[in-house]
Amino acid sequence: MARFCSLQEAVRDAVRDGDVVAMEGFTHLIPFAAAHEIIRQGRRGLTLVRMTPDLIYDQLIGAGCAATLVFSWGGNPGVGSLHRLRDAVEHGWPRPLALEEYSHAAMASAYDAGAARLPFAMFRGAPGGLADVNPNFRSVVCPFTGESLTAVPSLQPDVTVIHAQRADRDGNVLVEGIIGVQKEAVLAARRAIVTVEEIVDQFDGRQPNACILPHWTVHAIAVVPGGAFPSYAYGYYSRNNSFYLAWDGISRDRDTFQAWLEEHVIKAGPDAFAARVRQVA
Amino acid sequence: MTVSYTPDELMTVAAARCVGNDDVCFVGIGLPSAACNLARLTHAPRITLIYESGTIGTRPSVLPLSIGDGELCATALTTVSVPEFFRYWLPSGRISVGFLGAAQIDRFANLNTTVIGPYDRPAVRLPGAGGAPEMAAACRRIFIVMPHSRRAFKRRLDFLTSLGHGDGAGHRARLGLTTAGPAKVITDLCVMEPDGLTRELTVTSLHPGVSRAQVEDATEWPVRFADDLAVTPAPEPGELQVLRGLRARTAEAHGAA
Repeated sequence: MARFCSLQEAVRDAVRDGDVVAMEGFTHLIPFAAAHEIIRQGRRGLTLVRMTPDLIYDQLIGAGCAATLVFSWGGNPGVGSLHRLRDAVEHGWPRPLALEEYSHAAMASAYDAGAARLPFAMFRGAPGGLADVNPNFRSVVCPFTGESLTAVPSLQPDVTVIHAQRADRDGNVLVEGIIGVQKEAVLAARRAIVTVEEIVDQFDGRQPNACILPHWTVHAIAVVPGGAFPSYAYGYYSRNNSFYLAWDGISRDRDTFQAWLEEHVIKAGPDAFAARVRQVA
Repeated sequence: MTVSYTPDELMTVAAARCVGNDDVCFVGIGLPSAACNLARLTHAPRITLIYESGTIGTRPSVLPLSIGDGELCATALTTVSVPEFFRYWLPSGRISVGFLGAAQIDRFANLNTTVIGPYDRPAVRLPGAGGAPEMAAACRRIFIVMPHSRRAFKRRLDFLTSLGHGDGAGHRARLGLTTAGPAKVITDLCVMEPDGLTRELTVTSLHPGVSRAQVEDATEWPVRFADDLAVTPAPEPGELQVLRGLRARTAEAHGAA
């Protein structure tokens, strides 16, 4: 049953040291505010799961929260490398990071299987070199045709965190636009935290096939306007591409990164996000 | 009248000319996105462009910085979830063309986008696979667009991310793949195509003013040239005008310098 609370409370209750945490949002609706709260609360030893780690995991990795990264594409989209991820992999800074690497089809299918509480996902395709570095790539033989298919274990995170446009007063959550893998990631998880732009009395103009997570699939909802910044919330604010470009410089150097982290994460709170969106709008 | 152009512009135009109105294209960010949108804005207005964010039939006015920019969704025919895209739309053989880039390519058009150096102690950690391995397997044909250099056109890949023609003729079929695999590699020096028998990449067209020696110098393996080696047609003024307009709008939209 969804309960409305502050982001601090939601993270304190649901995210524990050593948890397997999925924070999803495919370019769109990336839950940055929740990630910053996890950093502020000093979680350690997390297994971070996400198809496209993006700036959000670069920040969590650079802040020392992660022990393992489960992912399928780790870059700053259209810009280049994630420097904090690279520093952790290449130099073990601030701590070593184990990689469990997949392709997009593997991860999307693994969430889908997790939502179904199936033990594994299968798909057709050649995993190539990934099968040599990730023993979770196996194969399964179709009992009907004899075809060999690629299999990976299903993903069932301890906690999934997403950002969405709206919740209604009962705690149902509406996601619109590029919906990515959020529904599957929430349904696959033991606990789910959702941050939303706003709470409304009802979802006006809702389409019959809208992507809605009923209140009984979500555990905690926190209202954080702007909580996806610098990614975007379709219908609310645009992606701040300038920040994605600027991140390349901020994150390249450990000192610059730490100064940024101190000022914009450690000394700030969830309330800062609304102002960040207003500043660029 | 000749119009001057950069090697990058020629590469983008040559790639755009590979696709037409009837194609359903899976588009990656960067050069593939520029080429496919140039095609849409010139000779192929009815082309279907799909980005892996699940945006199907999208018509952006500027090149997206990411595969999930809001404009891709706003202008798409429909937007589906990522699992739906990777489970129904991509593997079913409905996508005619996949455009890929890479950090490294070998003579059978196998691609590396994962690491430079050993996996455990990489010299450079690259973004990784994304949707590329399944694209390379499932799209009916693959076009590869990437600048030509000795660092990229390698005798041996540091990591095999996406399968091209494997170790040569018959390899894809042995794995049960029924798709054609890489059909063209478009670089800033030339166009390469797999040899009909061996599937080894062969230079079939040199860009205007480019010599065989330049291609040989920029390729780590002993590169082969087709007997009927052609010269790539230069970009038309209209194509360059559209491409430059697209790039200018894109730079303005993303706040790039």
